[in-house]
Amino acid sequence: MPDALAEPPAFPMPRAAACPFDPPPGLRLLNDGEPVSRVRLWDGSTAWLVTRHADVRTVLTDPRVSAEVSWPGFPHTNAVSKARDTRMTTLMQMDAPEHITHRRRMAADFTVKSAEALRPRIQRIVDDHIDAMIDGPDPVDLVAALALPVPSLVICEVLGVPYADRSFFQRVAGELVMDGGDPARAMAASEELNAYLGDLVAAKDAEPGDDVLSRMAVEQYRTGAMTRREIATAGQLLLVAGHDTTANMIALGTAALLAHPEQLDVLRGGADPAVVAGAVEELLRYLSVTHTEARRVARADLVVGGRHIGKGDGIIAVKSTANRDPAAFPDPDTLDVHRAARHHVSFGFGAHQCLGQSLARVELQAVFGTLFRRIPTLAAAVPLADLVFKHNAVFYGVRELPVTWERTDGGGR
Amino acid sequence: MRVRVDQDACAGSGQCVMSAPAVFDQRETDGVVTLLDDGPDPRLHGGVRTAARLCPARAIALSAR
Ligand code: HEM
Ligand code: SF4
Repeated sequence: MPDALAEPPAFPMPRAAACPFDPPPGLRLLNDGEPVSRVRLWDGSTAWLVTRHADVRTVLTDPRVSAEVSWPGFPHTNAVSKARDTRMTTLMQMDAPEHITHRRRMAADFTVKSAEALRPRIQRIVDDHIDAMIDGPDPVDLVAALALPVPSLVICEVLGVPYADRSFFQRVAGELVMDGGDPARAMAASEELNAYLGDLVAAKDAEPGDDVLSRMAVEQYRTGAMTRREIATAGQLLLVAGHDTTANMIALGTAALLAHPEQLDVLRGGADPAVVAGAVEELLRYLSVTHTEARRVARADLVVGGRHIGKGDGIIAVKSTANRDPAAFPDPDTLDVHRAARHHVSFGFGAHQCLGQSLARVELQAVFGTLFRRIPTLAAAVPLADLVFKHNAVFYGVRELPVTWERTDGGGR
Repeated sequence: MRVRVDQDACAGSGQCVMSAPAVFDQRETDGVVTLLDDGPDPRLHGGVRTAARLCPARAIALSAR
């Protein structure tokens, strides 16, 4: 038992350089000894860290636990995200019943069937980019060649961005997610994108298509339920939530498979769709790319894992340790693509569980079902120890992933 | 087995449709769960139990009959 008077440890904690795919060792020690404990944040405030799988699911479904950032005790990641979150409220920062009303306005486009209907177009986007890799320079950076463009073009499909505007959209999306970059430039990109999406809502209102902005233009804008700017903000949320997350899963997932060749063998040369789907769930579990974790605040007193959390206290539900909790996943540190891993919490849990999860699954299944089938000799072009991991980014991943392959590869689509 | 769903609580995650597509569906307008079969065949019970366990909104209730 740690000393009750001792200074709480700082959060976030560093990962071990030798284990870039594992959660920080400090977090794992907490999970073993003190699964609900206090940590100190960047601004000197404290929050409760909840690390076990069962406790993470409990707090994220407890109606006394709020996602509203207006509480003084809300545990913000840093000054920039505090400023942004308190300025621009999206459904991510809302509680019931308001949250579910807003979520359902977009949910029609994110059902399992809607994502399945997009599968042929998503497969086409993936194939086109793998074609370009095969025809292009070797080695190539997989982040720029595949991981970033695929999710951005899929969001274009969902939003209904016309083909003519897609290079503009991809540029702005890139500036928006560029971490370590200039916050002023990201802010300018955000404004540019909001203006663009606002105009697009007007165009969809005039001539609706089969996409989320058209449906919101007809159902919300025409009825006066939402302004064009509000719809543009909702559209931007889809980009912020769905672009870099999926991109990091593609690149980091590829890096993890290259580091575990016996697991990659399962996918090499093509695998059954059910096997690919299982491998995607295991990669989601193993990697936990949303490593700033789920942040909440207690709107009333509650007890979690035997600890008393007071009204107004910040709570951080740690998905990365929950996904490595031996009580939920036997031998949790082993990457095993045949594991039954669907109960991971990489998409969160509770009413805020990822709205885009079915779409993300189809994207990741298309990528991991195609990449090693069409390029079975794919290999890292630099030692894995030389890769630069994005320790301080909002979403964890690898900055660049130079890959190479034997020129005889590049078989049929 | 008797299955019940709480449409007010449903978050439209689709976990149930992935687990037991013969038992659960999602409304086309807003993604809310609909029940296709409230007394599914024993063959389907495994998938239904998975759905209840994975449902992030805890909107699926199972009873013996
Ligand atoms: C592998 C890729 C993805 C991962 C790991 C991921 C992860 C997550 C997580 C953990 C949350 C919950 C946050 C919380 O509880 O505080 C979330 C919410 C959300 N995600 Fe995803 N996501 C991914 C892809 C996508 C995609 C492709 C889209 C849409 C195009 C999307 C849209 C959303 C939205 C709108 C929310 C907010 C839901 C709400 O607050 O009710 N995500 N995502
Ligand atoms: S799993 Fe639960 S929240 Fe998700 S669609 Fe089914 S009933 Fe709704």
